[in-house]
Amino acid sequence: MTEPGLIHVLVISTALFFIGIYGFLTRRNMISMLMSVELILNSVNLNFIAFNKYLYADRLDGVFFIVFNIAIAAAEAAVAIAIIINLYRKHRSIDIEQADSLKY
Amino acid sequence: MSISTLIFYILAAVIVGGGLMAVTERKIFRSAVYLLFSLVGIAGLYFYLNYEFLAAVQIVVYVGGIVVLIIFSIFLTAESGQDMKGPGLIRLIFSSLACVIAFSLVYWLLSHHGFTGRNNPAVEASTRNIGRQMLSTSDFGYILPFEVVSILLLAAMIGCIVIALKLRTKT
Repeated sequence: MTEPGLIHVLVISTALFFIGIYGFLTRRNMISMLMSVELILNSVNLNFIAFNKYLYADRLDGVFFIVFNIAIAAAEAAVAIAIIINLYRKHRSIDIEQADSLKY
Repeated sequence: MSISTLIFYILAAVIVGGGLMAVTERKIFRSAVYLLFSLVGIAGLYFYLNYEFLAAVQIVVYVGGIVVLIIFSIFLTAESGQDMKGPGLIRLIFSSLACVIAFSLVYWLLSHHGFTGRNNPAVEASTRNIGRQMLSTSDFGYILPFEVVSILLLAAMIGCIVIALKLRTKT
Protein backbone atom coordinates (compact mmCIF):
# COMPACT_ATOMS: atom_id res chain seq x y z
CA MET A 1 0.00 0.00 0.00
CA THR A 2 1.83 3.05 -1.24
CA GLU A 3 1.08 6.71 -0.62
CA PRO A 4 -1.96 7.70 -2.74
CA GLY A 5 -1.23 9.90 -5.72
CA LEU A 6 -2.53 10.72 -9.17
CA ILE A 7 -2.33 7.14 -10.46
CA HIS A 8 -4.41 5.78 -7.57
CA VAL A 9 -7.31 8.16 -8.20
CA LEU A 10 -7.11 7.48 -11.94
CA VAL A 11 -7.25 3.72 -11.33
CA ILE A 12 -10.35 4.13 -9.14
CA SER A 13 -11.91 6.26 -11.85
CA THR A 14 -11.10 3.69 -14.55
CA ALA A 15 -12.50 0.85 -12.45
CA LEU A 16 -15.71 2.78 -11.83
CA PHE A 17 -16.02 3.60 -15.55
CA PHE A 18 -15.78 -0.02 -16.64
CA ILE A 19 -18.09 -1.15 -13.84
CA GLY A 20 -20.62 1.30 -15.30
CA ILE A 21 -20.02 -0.02 -18.82
CA TYR A 22 -20.52 -3.59 -17.57
CA GLY A 23 -23.79 -2.64 -15.90
CA PHE A 24 -24.95 -0.83 -19.02
CA LEU A 25 -24.24 -3.90 -21.17
CA THR A 26 -25.76 -6.54 -18.89
CA ARG A 27 -28.80 -4.84 -17.36
CA ARG A 28 -32.09 -4.90 -19.26
CA ASN A 29 -34.03 -2.70 -16.85
CA MET A 30 -34.07 0.97 -17.84
CA ILE A 31 -33.67 2.32 -14.29
CA SER A 32 -30.65 0.07 -13.71
CA MET A 33 -29.15 1.32 -16.96
CA LEU A 34 -29.68 4.89 -15.76
CA MET A 35 -27.81 4.01 -12.55
CA SER A 36 -24.90 2.66 -14.62
CA VAL A 37 -24.79 5.94 -16.56
CA GLU A 38 -24.59 7.82 -13.25
CA LEU A 39 -21.58 5.67 -12.29
CA ILE A 40 -19.87 6.53 -15.59
CA LEU A 41 -20.50 10.26 -15.11
CA ASN A 42 -19.05 10.09 -11.60
CA SER A 43 -15.92 8.37 -12.85
CA VAL A 44 -15.43 11.26 -15.30
CA ASN A 45 -15.77 13.72 -12.41
CA LEU A 46 -13.09 11.82 -10.47
CA ASN A 47 -10.78 12.13 -13.48
CA PHE A 48 -11.25 15.90 -13.64
CA ILE A 49 -10.61 16.34 -9.93
CA ALA A 50 -7.49 14.13 -9.99
CA PHE A 51 -5.88 16.11 -12.81
CA ASN A 52 -6.84 19.41 -11.22
CA LYS A 53 -5.46 18.40 -7.83
CA TYR A 54 -2.20 16.74 -8.78
CA LEU A 55 -1.13 18.38 -12.06
CA TYR A 56 -2.72 21.83 -12.34
CA ALA A 57 -3.23 22.97 -8.76
CA ASP A 58 -2.80 26.62 -9.77
CA ARG A 59 -6.11 26.65 -11.66
CA LEU A 60 -9.71 25.93 -10.72
CA ASP A 61 -11.03 24.78 -14.12
CA GLY A 62 -11.53 21.16 -13.05
CA VAL A 63 -13.84 22.31 -10.28
CA PHE A 64 -16.01 24.25 -12.74
CA PHE A 65 -16.17 21.34 -15.15
CA ILE A 66 -17.38 19.11 -12.31
CA VAL A 67 -20.01 21.60 -11.17
CA PHE A 68 -21.43 21.92 -14.70
CA ASN A 69 -21.16 18.16 -15.18
CA ILE A 70 -23.23 17.54 -12.06
CA ALA A 71 -25.87 20.04 -13.24
CA ILE A 72 -26.10 18.35 -16.64
CA ALA A 73 -26.28 14.90 -14.98
CA ALA A 74 -29.18 16.07 -12.84
CA ALA A 75 -31.05 17.41 -15.88
CA GLU A 76 -30.36 14.18 -17.78
CA ALA A 77 -31.61 11.99 -14.93
CA ALA A 78 -34.80 14.03 -14.57
CA VAL A 79 -35.63 13.82 -18.29
CA ALA A 80 -34.75 10.10 -18.43
CA ILE A 81 -36.99 9.28 -15.47
CA ALA A 82 -39.86 11.26 -16.98
CA ILE A 83 -39.49 9.25 -20.20
CA ILE A 84 -39.27 5.95 -18.28
CA ILE A 85 -42.42 6.65 -16.26
CA ASN A 86 -44.30 7.71 -19.38
CA LEU A 87 -43.18 4.50 -21.11
CA TYR A 88 -44.34 2.47 -18.12
CA ARG A 89 -47.79 4.06 -18.40
CA LYS A 90 -48.05 2.98 -22.02
CA HIS A 91 -46.43 -0.47 -21.94
CA ARG A 92 -46.68 -1.55 -18.27
CA SER A 93 -43.02 -2.53 -18.45
CA ILE A 94 -39.62 -0.86 -18.27
CA ASP A 95 -37.73 -3.68 -19.95
CA ILE A 96 -35.53 -2.29 -22.72
CA GLU A 97 -36.37 -5.20 -25.07
CA GLN A 98 -40.07 -4.34 -25.07
CA ALA A 99 -39.60 -0.64 -25.81
CA ASP A 100 -39.74 -1.12 -29.57
CA SER A 101 -42.79 0.88 -30.63
CA LEU A 102 -40.66 3.30 -32.63
CA LYS A 103 -38.97 0.44 -34.47
CA TYR A 104 -41.79 -0.99 -36.58
CA MET B 1 1.46 3.55 6.68
CA SER B 2 -0.24 6.71 7.84
CA ILE B 3 -3.88 7.00 8.81
CA SER B 4 -4.55 9.24 5.79
CA THR B 5 -3.42 6.50 3.40
CA LEU B 6 -5.65 4.03 5.22
CA ILE B 7 -8.63 6.39 4.83
CA PHE B 8 -7.91 6.68 1.11
CA TYR B 9 -7.92 2.92 0.64
CA ILE B 10 -11.13 2.53 2.67
CA LEU B 11 -12.79 5.17 0.46
CA ALA B 12 -11.53 3.41 -2.66
CA ALA B 13 -12.95 0.09 -1.42
CA VAL B 14 -16.32 1.71 -0.66
CA ILE B 15 -16.48 3.34 -4.11
CA VAL B 16 -15.47 0.32 -6.18
CA GLY B 17 -17.29 -2.22 -4.01
CA GLY B 18 -20.47 -0.18 -3.98
CA GLY B 19 -20.31 0.22 -7.75
CA LEU B 20 -19.72 -3.51 -8.29
CA MET B 21 -22.63 -4.47 -6.03
CA ALA B 22 -24.85 -1.86 -7.72
CA VAL B 23 -24.40 -3.44 -11.15
CA THR B 24 -24.56 -7.09 -10.04
CA GLU B 25 -27.31 -7.08 -7.37
CA ARG B 26 -30.54 -8.73 -8.56
CA LYS B 27 -33.01 -6.74 -6.46
CA ILE B 28 -33.33 -3.26 -7.94
CA PHE B 29 -33.94 -1.42 -4.65
CA ARG B 30 -30.78 -2.88 -3.08
CA SER B 31 -28.91 -1.91 -6.21
CA ALA B 32 -30.02 1.72 -5.73
CA VAL B 33 -28.82 1.62 -2.11
CA TYR B 34 -25.40 0.32 -3.20
CA LEU B 35 -25.25 3.15 -5.74
CA LEU B 36 -25.88 5.50 -2.81
CA PHE B 37 -22.87 4.04 -0.97
CA SER B 38 -20.68 4.51 -4.02
CA LEU B 39 -21.75 8.16 -4.44
CA VAL B 40 -21.17 8.91 -0.75
CA GLY B 41 -17.72 7.35 -1.11
CA ILE B 42 -16.96 9.71 -3.99
CA ALA B 43 -18.08 12.66 -1.84
CA GLY B 44 -15.68 11.39 0.83
CA LEU B 45 -12.90 11.30 -1.75
CA TYR B 46 -13.60 14.96 -2.58
CA PHE B 47 -13.30 15.73 1.13
CA TYR B 48 -10.04 13.77 1.22
CA LEU B 49 -8.66 15.86 -1.65
CA ASN B 50 -9.69 19.13 0.11
CA TYR B 51 -12.52 20.11 -2.24
CA GLU B 52 -15.19 20.72 0.39
CA PHE B 53 -17.49 22.68 -1.93
CA LEU B 54 -17.57 19.86 -4.47
CA ALA B 55 -18.25 17.30 -1.74
CA ALA B 56 -21.21 19.36 -0.55
CA VAL B 57 -22.52 19.71 -4.13
CA GLN B 58 -22.08 15.96 -4.68
CA ILE B 59 -24.04 15.09 -1.55
CA VAL B 60 -26.81 17.62 -2.19
CA VAL B 61 -27.35 16.88 -5.89
CA TYR B 62 -26.51 13.19 -6.22
CA VAL B 63 -27.41 11.71 -2.84
CA GLY B 64 -30.22 14.12 -2.05
CA GLY B 65 -31.59 14.52 -5.55
CA ILE B 66 -30.80 11.88 -8.13
CA VAL B 67 -30.81 8.77 -5.92
CA VAL B 68 -34.06 9.84 -4.25
CA LEU B 69 -35.53 10.41 -7.74
CA ILE B 70 -34.36 6.94 -8.82
CA ILE B 71 -35.86 5.32 -5.70
CA PHE B 72 -39.18 7.12 -6.30
CA SER B 73 -39.27 5.90 -9.88
CA ILE B 74 -38.44 2.35 -8.73
CA PHE B 75 -41.48 2.43 -6.46
CA LEU B 76 -43.62 3.89 -9.27
CA THR B 77 -42.65 1.31 -11.87
CA ALA B 78 -40.93 -1.94 -10.92
CA GLU B 79 -41.93 -4.50 -8.35
CA SER B 80 -39.10 -3.67 -5.98
CA GLY B 81 -39.21 -6.94 -4.05
CA GLN B 82 -38.80 -9.24 -7.02
CA ASP B 83 -35.58 -10.32 -8.63
CA MET B 84 -34.65 -8.75 -11.93
CA LYS B 85 -34.16 -10.97 -14.94
CA GLY B 86 -30.46 -11.71 -15.25
CA PRO B 87 -28.50 -11.42 -18.49
CA GLY B 88 -27.93 -14.43 -20.66
CA LEU B 89 -24.75 -16.43 -20.16
CA ILE B 90 -23.22 -15.38 -23.49
CA ARG B 91 -23.90 -11.69 -22.83
CA LEU B 92 -22.49 -12.01 -19.30
CA ILE B 93 -19.27 -13.65 -20.48
CA PHE B 94 -18.65 -11.25 -23.34
CA SER B 95 -19.44 -8.08 -21.38
CA SER B 96 -17.23 -9.03 -18.45
CA LEU B 97 -14.46 -10.09 -20.84
CA ALA B 98 -14.67 -6.75 -22.69
CA CYS B 99 -14.61 -4.75 -19.46
CA VAL B 100 -11.71 -6.68 -17.91
CA ILE B 101 -9.61 -6.44 -21.08
CA ALA B 102 -10.32 -2.73 -21.50
CA PHE B 103 -9.56 -2.06 -17.83
CA SER B 104 -6.22 -3.86 -18.02
CA LEU B 105 -5.34 -1.96 -21.21
CA VAL B 106 -6.09 1.41 -19.57
CA TYR B 107 -4.23 0.35 -16.42
CA TRP B 108 -1.19 -0.57 -18.49
CA LEU B 109 -1.34 2.80 -20.27
CA LEU B 110 -1.64 4.68 -16.97
CA SER B 111 1.26 2.89 -15.35
CA HIS B 112 3.55 3.50 -18.34
CA HIS B 113 2.69 7.13 -18.95
CA GLY B 114 4.68 9.70 -17.03
CA PHE B 115 2.43 12.62 -16.13
CA THR B 116 4.10 16.01 -15.96
CA GLY B 117 2.36 18.89 -14.26
CA ARG B 118 3.13 22.49 -13.50
CA ASN B 119 4.74 23.38 -10.24
CA ASN B 120 3.06 26.75 -9.81
CA PRO B 121 1.75 27.66 -6.34
CA ALA B 122 -1.62 26.09 -5.66
CA VAL B 123 -4.84 28.10 -5.56
CA GLU B 124 -7.01 27.34 -2.56
CA ALA B 125 -10.29 25.79 -3.77
CA SER B 126 -12.38 27.71 -1.27
CA THR B 127 -16.01 28.60 -1.91
CA ARG B 128 -14.99 32.26 -2.13
CA ASN B 129 -12.49 31.67 -4.93
CA ILE B 130 -14.84 29.34 -6.79
CA GLY B 131 -17.74 31.80 -6.62
CA ARG B 132 -15.62 34.77 -7.68
CA GLN B 133 -14.19 33.00 -10.71
CA MET B 134 -17.51 31.43 -11.71
CA LEU B 135 -19.34 34.75 -11.89
CA SER B 136 -16.46 36.78 -13.28
CA THR B 137 -16.74 38.33 -16.75
CA SER B 138 -12.98 38.78 -17.23
CA ASP B 139 -10.55 36.19 -18.62
CA PHE B 140 -11.04 32.64 -17.30
CA GLY B 141 -14.43 33.62 -15.91
CA TYR B 142 -17.26 31.12 -16.25
CA ILE B 143 -20.28 33.42 -16.46
CA LEU B 144 -21.27 32.30 -20.00
CA PRO B 145 -21.34 28.53 -19.23
CA PHE B 146 -23.23 29.39 -16.06
CA GLU B 147 -25.97 31.10 -18.06
CA VAL B 148 -26.03 28.31 -20.65
CA VAL B 149 -26.47 25.70 -17.91
CA SER B 150 -29.30 27.70 -16.39
CA ILE B 151 -31.05 27.72 -19.79
CA LEU B 152 -30.42 23.96 -20.03
CA LEU B 153 -32.00 23.35 -16.62
CA LEU B 154 -35.03 25.44 -17.62
CA ALA B 155 -35.36 23.47 -20.86
CA ALA B 156 -35.08 20.16 -18.95
CA MET B 157 -37.77 21.29 -16.51
CA ILE B 158 -40.17 22.27 -19.29
CA GLY B 159 -39.37 19.02 -21.11
CA CYS B 160 -40.15 16.93 -18.01
CA ILE B 161 -43.48 18.71 -17.53
CA VAL B 162 -44.42 18.22 -21.20
CA ILE B 163 -43.43 14.53 -21.17
CA ALA B 164 -45.20 13.73 -17.91
CA LEU B 165 -48.35 15.68 -18.82
CA LYS B 166 -51.43 13.51 -19.26
CA LEU B 167 -53.25 14.51 -22.42
CA ARG B 168 -56.93 14.81 -21.67
CA THR B 169 -59.09 14.03 -24.67
CA LYS B 170 -61.87 16.51 -25.23
CA THR B 171 -65.30 14.99 -25.44
